[in-house]
Amino acid sequence: MVSESVATTHLRARRLGLSARRVEDQIRRRRMVDRFMRGLMLASVVIVLIPLFSLLVYVGQSGLRGLSLSFFTNLPKPVGMAGGGMANAIVGSMILVGLAALAGVPVGVLAGMFLARSTSRLADTVRFVAQVLNGIPSIVVGLAVYGLLVLPMQTYSAWAGGMALAIIMIPLVTLNTEEMVRMVPRDLNEAALALGIPAWLATLRVVVRAALPGILTGIMLALARVAGETAPLLFTALNNAFWHQGLSNPIASLPVTIYTYAVSPYPEWHQQAWTGALVLVGMVLVTNVLARVLGRSRYDRR
Amino acid sequence: MSQPMHHQPRIVNRGDRLFRAILIFFGLAVLAVALLIFVELWGVARPSVERFGLRFLVETRWDPVQEQFGALPFIYGTLVSSFIAILLAVPLGLGVAFFLSELAPRWLRQPVSFLVELLAAIPSVVYGLWGLFVLVPIVRRFELAVLQAGLDVLPIFSGAPYGIGMLSAGVVLAIMIVPTVAAVSRDVFRAVPNSQREAALALGATRWEAMKVVFDYGRPGIVGAVVLAWGRALGETMAVNMVIGNQPVISPSLFSPAHTMASVIASEFNEAVGAMHVAALAEIGLVLFGLTFVLSAVARILVLRVEHRARGRQSAAEGVGA
Repeated sequence: MVSESVATTHLRARRLGLSARRVEDQIRRRRMVDRFMRGLMLASVVIVLIPLFSLLVYVGQSGLRGLSLSFFTNLPKPVGMAGGGMANAIVGSMILVGLAALAGVPVGVLAGMFLARSTSRLADTVRFVAQVLNGIPSIVVGLAVYGLLVLPMQTYSAWAGGMALAIIMIPLVTLNTEEMVRMVPRDLNEAALALGIPAWLATLRVVVRAALPGILTGIMLALARVAGETAPLLFTALNNAFWHQGLSNPIASLPVTIYTYAVSPYPEWHQQAWTGALVLVGMVLVTNVLARVLGRSRYDRR
Repeated sequence: MSQPMHHQPRIVNRGDRLFRAILIFFGLAVLAVALLIFVELWGVARPSVERFGLRFLVETRWDPVQEQFGALPFIYGTLVSSFIAILLAVPLGLGVAFFLSELAPRWLRQPVSFLVELLAAIPSVVYGLWGLFVLVPIVRRFELAVLQAGLDVLPIFSGAPYGIGMLSAGVVLAIMIVPTVAAVSRDVFRAVPNSQREAALALGATRWEAMKVVFDYGRPGIVGAVVLAWGRALGETMAVNMVIGNQPVISPSLFSPAHTMASVIASEFNEAVGAMHVAALAEIGLVLFGLTFVLSAVARILVLRVEHRARGRQSAAEGVGA
């Protein structure tokens, strides 16, 4: 499909007895197609960004209307009563994300280091499985944790919700950690080894330390991602209209509360859902920007 | 006994051995997690798998009270809504990817990439909220206009203009998977060696014609990007659940309410009326698991193929140069 050069176009035209005029027409047509396609590409960027801006504007506007201090300090109130908040859901989300980090970060980081440090067939398998895990729908993870923890414990619980989020975090952190560790130049490792320190110390104190900003960025992005997950919490953490009552009981979370309020028939609750969405999107945005500002790896040449 | 091999450093340090064991342990933990998901899912779904067998996939009746469970309406809803999403998202995503890898000036790349990635960072439930209150009314107006134009003679445009339904779900899904298509295709295009572009341009190709060469070279990777995005669309739950209307009907109309596999699990699991209902929902989850497992495996293999090919060329070229 490589197009021919202007010179060959002319040559072939002469052979076929075409006029120079036809040839120039053809070239003009090709230029027009070129300009048109480039215009389409620019247009697709604009089209893709329209929903983003619309969403941010609506969440901002509608969310601000219900934003007040009481939203962060009060429990939800029944329909018709003013001054309800999502304090329990915000705290619940923090607890769930904290639990997820507790399990997800160490497993993810160490598995990522394994992938970066090993060339065995086992490493290839683990990488492949991590990539596939990354594509498993989060609701399916919720179902699995339901079978793993909710059925045996006979109750929905913060433990189960945290577990589900941890499982979603693990492949994200693993794959990012591998990439970041691999970006560190080999010379660094070799220089450390040449100084006579054992390989494991060279890995930890030189290579991983050099990759640390990138690894932390990945962890922050993974935390932001699971903080917004709703589906895996529906039948693991469930929901709770009150402050959390220990980790072995159902617990509220911001995304599930937003969902419940959004699909309810009450306008006041819709308002609460928008405000909840503003808080959630704000958190996700801040984390994303921070992660990018703080943590670009020095060795990332993209 | 024999001489130690020179090129394979032996592990002599005890710390190294311990460190390696720890890393291997956590590598294995990832495998264990994947296995655990499958085993638990299978455990919950088993009564349904045993009772309905493969009939489950083609039966259309979903009646929890009579304990008759067929997943076809959900499979249909998932396939059609994700197909609409792919139809919309692939051209747009490719446009963005071409723009980012071939056209955009350097200073514009980072900000545009960031904004597109932001689209992927917005939580699903927020898309659902926006979809329900902003997108659905727009879609409803569109549907009304289509009906008034007399296009309802076509079966895909028949029925009442609810706004809520297959079309809205497809559009929301498209918005959510565009970043996947764009990011993966951009990486594929970047992996295409520059010599390909330069050769095309040297032959007198226009920029667009050179891009077609880049596209041809990266084609398996692009297919991979599409498959990956499709997998995401199949499993997307909350946003779809909030705009699709949640009715297990098979209708040719894009305006009709529908239901998807992920969405029905989200709506019915907590209110399941009996053990068999729970099992049937879990079996839908199992089908979803299998489907996305196969899709992401295929996608990874395709994307890897382009990168390997590019790397192979590159190292060959370097070899000649040296």
